[in-house]
Amino acid sequence: MNIRIIILLLYFLLPSVLFASGDDFPLDKAPIDPYDNKSIERGAQTFMTNCKGCHSLKYMRYKELAEGIGLVDSDGEVLSGFIKENWIFDGKNINSPITQSLMNEDALKWFGIIPPDLSLSSRYRGVDWIYTYLRSFYQDDSRPWGVNNKVYPSVNMPHVLSWMQGQSQYDVVVADLVNFLSYVGEPVQNQRKEIGKWVLAFLSIFAVFAYLLKREYWKDIK
Amino acid sequence: MFKKIGCALLFWINERFPLLNMWREHASEYYAPKNFNFWYFFGSLALFILVIQIVTGIWLGMSFNTSSEGAFSSVEYIMRDVRFGWLIRYIHSTGASFFFIVVYLHMFRALLYGSYRKPRELLWLVGMLIYLILMTEAFLGYLLPWGNMSFWGAQVITSLFGAIPFIGDPLVEWIRGDYSVSGVTLNRFYSLHVSAVPLIFVGLVVVHILSLHHVGSNNPDGIEIKDNKDKNGIPVDGIPFHPYYTVKDQFGLVIFLIAFCSVVFFAPEFGGYFMEHPNFVPADPMMTPEHIAPVWYMTPYYAILRAIPNKLMGIGAMGGAIAIIFLLPWLDQSPVKSIRYKSSIFKVALALFVVSFCTLGYLGMRPPTDERTLLAQVCAVIYFGFFLLMPVYSKLGKTKPLPKRLR
Repeated sequence: MNIRIIILLLYFLLPSVLFASGDDFPLDKAPIDPYDNKSIERGAQTFMTNCKGCHSLKYMRYKELAEGIGLVDSDGEVLSGFIKENWIFDGKNINSPITQSLMNEDALKWFGIIPPDLSLSSRYRGVDWIYTYLRSFYQDDSRPWGVNNKVYPSVNMPHVLSWMQGQSQYDVVVADLVNFLSYVGEPVQNQRKEIGKWVLAFLSIFAVFAYLLKREYWKDIK
Repeated sequence: MFKKIGCALLFWINERFPLLNMWREHASEYYAPKNFNFWYFFGSLALFILVIQIVTGIWLGMSFNTSSEGAFSSVEYIMRDVRFGWLIRYIHSTGASFFFIVVYLHMFRALLYGSYRKPRELLWLVGMLIYLILMTEAFLGYLLPWGNMSFWGAQVITSLFGAIPFIGDPLVEWIRGDYSVSGVTLNRFYSLHVSAVPLIFVGLVVVHILSLHHVGSNNPDGIEIKDNKDKNGIPVDGIPFHPYYTVKDQFGLVIFLIAFCSVVFFAPEFGGYFMEHPNFVPADPMMTPEHIAPVWYMTPYYAILRAIPNKLMGIGAMGGAIAIIFLLPWLDQSPVKSIRYKSSIFKVALALFVVSFCTLGYLGMRPPTDERTLLAQVCAVIYFGFFLLMPVYSKLGKTKPLPKRLR
C-alpha cells in the first residue's frame, strides 16, 4: 500500500519536474492582509489621487467601497463628507460607480489605447503580478514615456508613481494599493471565508452523527 | 391526529398513483449487494450535483443577462449586488468541476469492477450518453459568463467542425448562427444550456436509474447476487437500499460536502483550474488569451486533438477517443468482471490507461512544445491501445477463482 502511494505521489510530482517553465518573469509575493482595512483605505486614497484619472473601477461604487472597509460613523452612516472631499473630484454622486476622468478619444490620442477598467485586475492578473509590475518600471528612452516594464514589456502606461519610487515607503504604498485592488476584485472575500468556517464546522459535526447513524443501522449486516 | 391525516392522504394518493410500489421497487425493496465500498458513493453524489446545478442554475438565470453587451456585467452584478449571488455562482461553477470529478470516479468504478459487462451493457451505453450530454452542457455553460476564455474556447471548439470536408464551413456558421462566435451564439447557447440539454440530461438519468434497478447493481466481486436467492426470492447477499444505503450515502454526502464547501468558500477559482484567470476580462474578439485551453475536464481529448498534426485526423481521433468508450462491454472478453479476480495483465493495462489519461489531461492544459506533443502522442497510443487490444489481452493471463458468495 505504501509503495503504491509513493508511486502515485511521484507520478503527480513528475510534471512539475519535467515541465517547470522558466520563461515567465518571476513574481514577488504581494505582502497584503485582506483584513487590514486601514491598508485598503490607504490604497484607495492612492488609487483615487493617482490612478483614477485614467482607470475606472466600474463595478464598484464609492458608497459601497466606504461601507465595505468601515468608513462609517458611530451610527453606521457612510462618511459622505470625507468621501466627497478625498475620493470624488468630478462632482459625481456618492452612489455612482468609480469612473475615470479621461475621455476615451483623448486616451486613444495620448496612449494609443483606452486604459483598462481595473475592477477585476486582481483576479485577471493576480495580486503578485500587480505588486511586481508596479515595482518593475525602468528607464528606457526608446519608449514614448521614457519608461518600460520588466513584467509587461512595451507597456503603454507612464510610470505614474515614479515621484514616489526611491522613497523608503514605496513598497508599502504599492502593497496598500494592491490590497485595495484585491478588495475591489472580490469585495465579499473575507465574508466568504468567515461563512465558510461555520459551514465546515457544521458539516464536521454532522459527519460524526451521520457516521454514528450509519454504524447503528449496519450493526446487523454480517 | 397528523399521523392519521397523513395516512389517509397517502392512501388516497396510492389508490390513484403507484407511490408505495415505486418506493418499494426503488428503495425499501431494492436489494443492493452488501459489499459496496468507497467507489460506490459517486453515483448518488452525481445525482446530488445534478440537483444543485439545476437549482443554482435557476437562480443564476433570474439575474443573468443573455446579451453580449450585458452578460459579463450581469455576472459581476450577481457577484456583487445580488444578495448571496456570489455563493450561488460559486456553487454553480464549483459544481461543474465536481460533476466531472464525481463522474470520472463513477466511470472508473465501472472500469474496476466490470460494471459494464452483461447484463449491464445498456446501462453503460446510457451512462456514456449522459457523459456526452454532461460535456455538451458544460461546454455551452462555459460561454455564458462571456469572459475572454469563454469566447475563445467556443471559437476554437466550434471551428473544429469546419475541418469536416464539404459541409464544414456552413456547419460552423449554422452552429454559431454567425460568421464568428457572437451575441447570437451566446443567446442560443443560453437557451440550450437551460432548456433542451438539461431536459435530455434528466431524462437520461431517469433511464439510467431505471435500467440499473432492472438489472440490479454490480459489486466489487463482480458476481451476480441474484444467483443466490432465499425462499422468498430475495438475494441472500442483498440488503434493502433503504435504509442501509440511504444512511451510508448520507455519510458519503457529508464528506463530499466538506470537500465541496472547502472549494466554494476558500478556493473558488481553485488556482485557475475551476475558474480561469483570462475569463475575468470580457470577451474580446481582437485579443486572444496567451494560451487557449478548455477547462481541465475536457483536456485529455484536447491533448489527443493536438497530438495529431492533421486537423481532420485529430478531430477524428478526439471523437474516436470518446466513441470507443461506448464499446467497452464488447471489448472486455475476460472470464471475470472484477479487477479483484482479473489477470495481472489487465491490471497493468488499466494502470497504464489511468496514467496516460491523466497525463493527457495535464498536457491539454499546457501550451504545446515538441516534447509535450511527443508525450501526448505516446499517451494517445496507450489510450487507444487499452481499448483496441482489450479483446486480446483481456483473455490472456491467469484469473483468480470466483467466490460463490460475496466476501
